[in-house]
Amino acid sequence: MHLELGNIFIKDVQFAEKTHVKDGVLYVNKEELEALIREDDHITDVSIDLARPGESVRITPVKDVIEPRVKVEGEGDIFPGVIGKVNQVGSGRTHVLKGAAVVTTGRIVGFQEGIIDMTGPGAEYTPFSKLNNVVITMDVKEEILQHAHEEILRLAGLKAALYLGEAAKEVEPDEVKSYETLPLLKSVEKYPDLPKVAYVQMLQSQGLLHDTYVYGVDAKKTLSTFMYPTEIMDGAIISGNCVSACDKNTTYHHLNNPVVADLFEKHGKELNFVGVIITNENVYLADKVRSSDWASKLAEYLGVDGVIISQEGFGNPDTDLIMNCVKIEDKGIKTVIITDEYAGRDGASQSLADADAKADAVVTGGNANEVIELPPMDKVIGDVSVANVIAGGFDGSLREDGSIVVELQAITGATNELGFNKMSAKGF
Amino acid sequence: MSKIKVVHYINQFFAGIGGEEKAHVEPELREGVVGPGMALNAGFKGEAEIVATVICGDSYFNENLEEAQKTILEMIKSQEPDLFIAGPAFNAGRYGVACGTITAAVQDELGIPALTGMYEENPGVDMFRKEIYIAATRDSAAGMRQAVQVMVPLALKLVNNEEIGSPEEEGYHPKGIRKNFFTEQRGSARAVDMLLKKLKGEEFVTEFPMPDFDRVEPAAALKDLSKAKIAIVTSGGIVPKGNPDHIESSSASKYGEYDISGFDNLTAETHETAHGGYDPVYANLDADRVIPVDVLRQYEKEGKIGELHRYFYTTVGNGTAVASSKAFSEEIGQKLIDDGVDAVILTST
Repeated sequence: MHLELGNIFIKDVQFAEKTHVKDGVLYVNKEELEALIREDDHITDVSIDLARPGESVRITPVKDVIEPRVKVEGEGDIFPGVIGKVNQVGSGRTHVLKGAAVVTTGRIVGFQEGIIDMTGPGAEYTPFSKLNNVVITMDVKEEILQHAHEEILRLAGLKAALYLGEAAKEVEPDEVKSYETLPLLKSVEKYPDLPKVAYVQMLQSQGLLHDTYVYGVDAKKTLSTFMYPTEIMDGAIISGNCVSACDKNTTYHHLNNPVVADLFEKHGKELNFVGVIITNENVYLADKVRSSDWASKLAEYLGVDGVIISQEGFGNPDTDLIMNCVKIEDKGIKTVIITDEYAGRDGASQSLADADAKADAVVTGGNANEVIELPPMDKVIGDVSVANVIAGGFDGSLREDGSIVVELQAITGATNELGFNKMSAKGF
Repeated sequence: MSKIKVVHYINQFFAGIGGEEKAHVEPELREGVVGPGMALNAGFKGEAEIVATVICGDSYFNENLEEAQKTILEMIKSQEPDLFIAGPAFNAGRYGVACGTITAAVQDELGIPALTGMYEENPGVDMFRKEIYIAATRDSAAGMRQAVQVMVPLALKLVNNEEIGSPEEEGYHPKGIRKNFFTEQRGSARAVDMLLKKLKGEEFVTEFPMPDFDRVEPAAALKDLSKAKIAIVTSGGIVPKGNPDHIESSSASKYGEYDISGFDNLTAETHETAHGGYDPVYANLDADRVIPVDVLRQYEKEGKIGELHRYFYTTVGNGTAVASSKAFSEEIGQKLIDDGVDAVILTST
């Protein structure tokens, strides 16, 4: 399967009469976008703001971040089975508004949504402070219950990203990158001397604000399976979760999965990247046993020499992570796991809820309990009053002057376990 | 700047008083340098100077812990030092415990920068590594030169309030504190590099060495439930509606103790979850799903259990440090014992 990604670099975002891209600027027709969101009559309020890198803006409670993409050639639509037709994606050509994103916010659904600061110390921890964001604040009818509330906002965000993505269709990309994965046997034939490597991506699937969708299927109802990496670049996996936002994968993270990108970087040179195994993280022990059995079975069946396993979340999924790691190691396949830590605010506590000596190669996204002070911002998009109750906040988090003292876990993407960031932790 | 004043602590052996037969000697304060202090003084190269040495027998110290500690602290305080150094104790166990105890006390009670040194297998390392800096030394006094090379720069950094680097950089036993830092490469690239090294059989460094896990054996089953007083403890965050004590949705700093004597059944009107780590909808509709008060009441009426304890204890397990959980459970456990509870149903989510 072969996909070309045409990146159009976006340096700025502006409101304008017509939604289009010109000279690296994304122009957005606010009314048109707003009308599109309002098509769903469950949505009562919509407001659209722009948030650019370096601006004194705080966005919270953030639900999802989505990169605008559009299919230019090849089968299928972006976000297949969710917004687009369910047909297979991952081949042909896709254009990307690189440097732009849709951010969704609005009344809190759970306790779990995150914070994005566009400047100041908090901005260092979230990758989304570097993007030109179109922020959509929405509310839904009062009688709508939490599960439906989450879904309405999730779909609205995806729709907005597709709408903006359309603007990339006719634009000549600044850069075109090519990604190809051959069928397994052909790939092995082509690179007989390179170690065969697969990527095991664990998908959060524990319920409200903890869900992930694959071609529109709720991941908690899936068996571990195999994918071409380029399918993910076309939005085959989308996020329905932001609980403890530091280590949840937004849809933006999925589209730009860094493990996929960095394995492709060495593909055909130092290793043979044969594909992706996806596996869920359900709450029941039986599901954990079944899914890790399947993930390790698939790794064995593919005949790979090594895998990278990325976790999503912490605590309960630490069990899934260790099961996957141990079972795959037991097949004689080398593993590296990517996780993050909950070592307490002082860093002195045990970092994981499960452990095994076989997990001897670990990359960490850092200690999510570390406390940070976020100074007041000139503008708040969304509702900052939730700072005391979101995961990572505590009574007194929000101060009178608008500054917030929270754990890093409240910052969207801060300790991402796909290895999206440069943060790590070490022992002192 | 005047010289940094140092007080040094050693045992009877290093003071040249004698071995085991002299281990009972009581604390003594001597002016200036004694024994291994000379090597430390030389290492300070005039920047700091040992002004006094406290000597105490290892047996005396360990057998008269409180008294010895008090006397020694007074001796140290009388010298008004800027810095305190104990040992190094190398692999001498009781000496290590004494060095660790005094170093921790000087640091915490006198507020004076303090350092000791030990071999990794010295029991004093595990007892005190979390509280104080312990330089990693060899197992015997033959390693004094190496010990000075590690201890002098580390001690000077402590007294000058300079940033202390990692255990590898500075040569101390890791304190078990995890700290965030920014790297050159993103995590995924580090993972790919680590995997390539692992595949080639080359050496690689994990970013998180797996901890030794504290596994708890389940207690023996009760013989007669019909007389048992049973309590509920949960990390599922069930609280009276409105979360009156503001237990955090993640990384809880407290637990709650709530009276359920008036309840046969928990409802959406009376209870909810404060937990931010699972889908709360079903727990909010019926908190009995997390703490089975309804069923236990029924069992109580039927005589299957003796009694449901009047209070339940609750916290949020989500993102909560193990050290915090441990502290909560010690308090909760004591309360349950004091209240004569025979068994606990622990529910997690």
